[in-house]
Amino acid sequence: MPNAAYIVLIPLLPLVGFVLLGLFGKKFFRKSSGIIGTGLVLVSAALAIWVAYGYFFEWGTDGASLKVLDMRWLAFSGGLSIDMNIVLQPLPVIMIVVVSFISLMVHLFSLGYMKGEPRFATYYAYLGLFTFSMLGLVLAGNLFEIYIFWELVGCSSYLLIGFYYDRPTAVAAAKKAFIVTRFADLGFLVGILILSFQGRTLDMDNLLQTLFSPAFQASGVSFLGMSVVAWGATLVFIGGAGKSALFPLHIWLPDAMEGPTPVSALIHAATMVVAGVYLVARLYLLYALNGVVPQIVLYTGAFSALLAAIIACTQTDIKRVLAYSTMSQIGYMMFALGTFRPAGTDFLGYTASIFHLFTHAFFKALLFLCAGVIIHRVHSNEMKDMGGLRKAMPLTHICFLVACLAISGIPPFSGFFSKEEILLAAWRANKFVYAMGLFTSGLTAFYMFRLYFAVFWHRPVTDGHRHPMPFFESIPLVILALGAAFAGFIPFSRFILPGAPERAGGGIGVFSIAPVGIALVGIGIAAWLYRKESDRPQRVATSMRGLYTFAYHKFYIDEVYLFVTKKIIFNLVGRPSAWIDRNIVDGLMNGMAATTARISAGIKGVQSGKVQDYTWFFFIGIAGLAVIFIYIYT
Amino acid sequence: MNLSLLIIAPLVTAVAVLFCRGLSGIRWVSLAGVTVQLALSLVLAVLYEKERGAGESAHWLFQYWHAWFIPLNIAYHVGVDGLSVAMILLTAFVMLAAVLVSWRIDRMGKEFFFLLLVLSAGAYGFFISLDIFTLFFFLEISVIPKFLLIGIWGSGRKEYSAMKLALMLMGGSALVLVGLLGIYTSGAYTFDLPALGGNLSLHAQRLFFPFLFVGFGIFTALFPFHTWVPDGHSSAPTAGSMFLAGVSMKLGGYGCLRMALLMPAVAREYSPYIIVLSVIAIVYGAFATMMQNDLKYINAYSSVSHCGFILLGIGMLTETAVRGAVLQMISHGLMTALFFATIGMIYDRTHTRLVARLGGLLKVMPFISTVFVIAGLCSLGLPGLSGFVAEVTVFMGSWQHPGQMYHLATILACASIVITAVYILRATGATVIGPVGDSQYYSLKDATWTERLAGILLVTGIIAIGVAPFWLNELIAK
Amino acid sequence: MSQVPLTHILFVSTALFFIGMYGLFTRRNMITMLMSVELILNSVNINFVAFNKYLYPGALEGVFFTLFIIAIAAAEAAVAIAIIINLYRNFRSIDVEDADELKF
Repeated sequence: MPNAAYIVLIPLLPLVGFVLLGLFGKKFFRKSSGIIGTGLVLVSAALAIWVAYGYFFEWGTDGASLKVLDMRWLAFSGGLSIDMNIVLQPLPVIMIVVVSFISLMVHLFSLGYMKGEPRFATYYAYLGLFTFSMLGLVLAGNLFEIYIFWELVGCSSYLLIGFYYDRPTAVAAAKKAFIVTRFADLGFLVGILILSFQGRTLDMDNLLQTLFSPAFQASGVSFLGMSVVAWGATLVFIGGAGKSALFPLHIWLPDAMEGPTPVSALIHAATMVVAGVYLVARLYLLYALNGVVPQIVLYTGAFSALLAAIIACTQTDIKRVLAYSTMSQIGYMMFALGTFRPAGTDFLGYTASIFHLFTHAFFKALLFLCAGVIIHRVHSNEMKDMGGLRKAMPLTHICFLVACLAISGIPPFSGFFSKEEILLAAWRANKFVYAMGLFTSGLTAFYMFRLYFAVFWHRPVTDGHRHPMPFFESIPLVILALGAAFAGFIPFSRFILPGAPERAGGGIGVFSIAPVGIALVGIGIAAWLYRKESDRPQRVATSMRGLYTFAYHKFYIDEVYLFVTKKIIFNLVGRPSAWIDRNIVDGLMNGMAATTARISAGIKGVQSGKVQDYTWFFFIGIAGLAVIFIYIYT
Repeated sequence: MNLSLLIIAPLVTAVAVLFCRGLSGIRWVSLAGVTVQLALSLVLAVLYEKERGAGESAHWLFQYWHAWFIPLNIAYHVGVDGLSVAMILLTAFVMLAAVLVSWRIDRMGKEFFFLLLVLSAGAYGFFISLDIFTLFFFLEISVIPKFLLIGIWGSGRKEYSAMKLALMLMGGSALVLVGLLGIYTSGAYTFDLPALGGNLSLHAQRLFFPFLFVGFGIFTALFPFHTWVPDGHSSAPTAGSMFLAGVSMKLGGYGCLRMALLMPAVAREYSPYIIVLSVIAIVYGAFATMMQNDLKYINAYSSVSHCGFILLGIGMLTETAVRGAVLQMISHGLMTALFFATIGMIYDRTHTRLVARLGGLLKVMPFISTVFVIAGLCSLGLPGLSGFVAEVTVFMGSWQHPGQMYHLATILACASIVITAVYILRATGATVIGPVGDSQYYSLKDATWTERLAGILLVTGIIAIGVAPFWLNELIAK
Repeated sequence: MSQVPLTHILFVSTALFFIGMYGLFTRRNMITMLMSVELILNSVNINFVAFNKYLYPGALEGVFFTLFIIAIAAAEAAVAIAIIINLYRNFRSIDVEDADELKF
């Protein structure tokens, strides 16, 4: 049995880093803050790997759920309570390894990359906060506990996107990211309220058990044609979709690239954005319950994957291309989760999705870190400023190529295995979605290699001069490249679901021909268009003018949002409420005061100040009283 | 523990301030006084916990009864339960911070601190009174000095605001007076809160509950009687705003809650109306906040929205919802006091509160800006800070009230978390971060030591509740 | 000597009262108004004495009351004249119309 104290340390150490560096970083650790932060995460990652090893091979090989920490945090009536739990299950254990490992890589990389930054300590403090929250999120066993860390993750993302806070664009992007995900979190929150009310518990395992029990199913309450539990599940999924940047809540992700590039690698590629996938996977029984909800998950995922891939083909900012690619890959994971059968018998989609999450973390983090190196070199994000860099930065070149091959699904790189399983799951569940996935796969290969060729080939090599690469930058690149290349060989599904076949897809077989073929076609087109400088891309773009412009402007989704928020919410709701408050509600109050004043102005004329008037009143009063007492009262 | 000490301490300090010579003497005497208040309230909390721990099961502890006006059966009857202890702690925290923030007040300092201390005596008296008449008496004590505080030390349209605030609050007190005389004459001819319970005819309750509830509701920004909040807060001096939003508005919430607990059956009958009004306050207040340009107006309107949660919790009247309402009172008290304190600090330095003119203050005054951001994050309900705990408890409690309409109301209230995020991020984005608004700002100084102390004090409170809500939750539940 | 009937005396006092009343309402000069007030008081005095004499010859309360009124009237005249003098100092006039500040 594991010792709880060590496991609690995994999320707690980065928190220590946050508190230490946040409070005292500027004064005392101006130079050493990077080392402190990295050291703490290193310990935490080592512990995570130790826990994973122990969990899979010593304590819990049958996929048991181990509750190592159970602390009552906030108790409500009716048996509900928010507890601070740490639960070890296959999925959380895999996630802590991914999160702490990628976080460690990014910490290391930032030692070189962010050097000389005036707010170096703050940067590491924020990274620590993020790592803490993300680890807390994946270890949580209570639904509300997930929500708590979910919000904290969102907050650290906000702080890090807005890290360069004197750039208005960064501030705007941070704000947008927070608000869009907050909007989605509203769904999550209401979903939690519904589910907890129905299941009478907030503990996830108990909740799933209750909701899954036949007795509960029989007594299902329904609302607008869907069972209440299905509503809850859908709302929780909306929360996940917001965090995971699925259509139509994806608009914040490309803008989030305003943050420092290592942050994009950590938060907006490898870990935080897959939180939605994690959430749905963690509650997968809930989604497998009902026929409608997996369909929603399936189509949202597939559509997002396709949409993002199309947009990615037209973008010219390399970080934005990668952002859309992230969105597309998350769409993949999500639709894999949506391939559940109603009874929850076919788990291929589930394992495939987590597998892809795992491999994606490696190659996408690698791509972003490489992009960071490139951007530092050319001082621009735009593809047109790059080209012919393969001699100048050989290590980056190789790493980038590995990552591109992995994401395109070329065997034997890691992406091949996971993508293959996803497509197989889609094939079994829904042929239409399979077709979408396959097409997206081709597009992925195309835009990734478009990027690759545009950055490293395209122009003749002009600057052959090599810059020495800082040690701390090259180490993470190499490690991640190794991961991106070989992570696919891990017999992954057996870890997630004990008893599952080792490789459901069956390696390179007949099924692989189509995905690999279409990926190769995509690479070929990219090479034809971008390997040498030519007017071919321009010609192709003009020939598909309508679609191209549409995709280049991201299908005008941002504009629709702007219209809704600026024009409708602000002008038709906000401004009128402020106006009504000042003029009608407050006017009512002021009107009451004014009426009183007017009445008193009418009456006050009686108070003339003339003694003789007063005498008259007095006399009339006396006379009146005399009349009353003499004639009426008797 | 003798609860009367809580009233005596501020009054003695107030009188001592009158005899002080020199500004620094006044400051230090006031500071010592509020420190004593904080110490007393902490001692009270500890003793309370100890009594409860020893198995004391009476509802009211540390009771003291003294006849005041025998013919009308009015008594000075004090006692506390967990709710009052929590509110007393809140008052002590806010008072200490308010005195620290007013350190640099230069005009008529003696009178200022005197009035502030009298206000706090009124608040303590209110929270410990078990006799509704005494309660009312202390309620009045905590209204009048506010008029002077705003009228003399305020800014902007201060006469108008002071008058508006005083008149509307007096209107509220008048309704309360009608209500309490009503329940006095219709039943037991007693004002004693414990004795009244179960002693009232349903008819009288039905008739007079609205008076009491609306009367107290005006104090806590019940829609549509909330309009004194923006004007009053924006004109008040910093410490005044802090006390006003942090404690005074809670007097109303506390009163509403006590009345609802006194007459639960009738409160349930009226709950649809209460809930409708509070949801309007929550959502509409949030939308109105979105359009404000003055930092104080932003916080004042957001107070309307946040106090809506208090009323929502009271309206739902489930155990959890009521606890959420209390948590929200405490949380909002600390958070809004912190907000007003930082706004005051910013205003002292930049001489503007308009969002459009500020910007990039994080670069110039990191401490104040960081505290401002923390207050903002607390306001938008970030976990780890107190706002989250309170809101979530209200939501959970509200959802436990069965019925689709009630669920709809809860969802609408939940929706405000998005709007809150919009206006808070808009305010922080334009004030604290972004490009520096004016080149003159570069020469500004960060917080002084008293301001730092005040900020740290309130932030500590917010984080203590946010990270470990269980102690407060248990204190209230007991 | 036959007694004067009560009604005659009451007629005198009523006449006196209304003369005083008329003076109080029509005159603007404060001294005159004060004199009018004295007339009213005296009419009341006459009533008291007359009622005492005719209705309760054995009692003396009416007479006592009259004495009180005379004393108070004297005090009142002193106060009133003091006020008038002060008013005169402020307004240079003893016209009541000029002293109408006490309003609103």
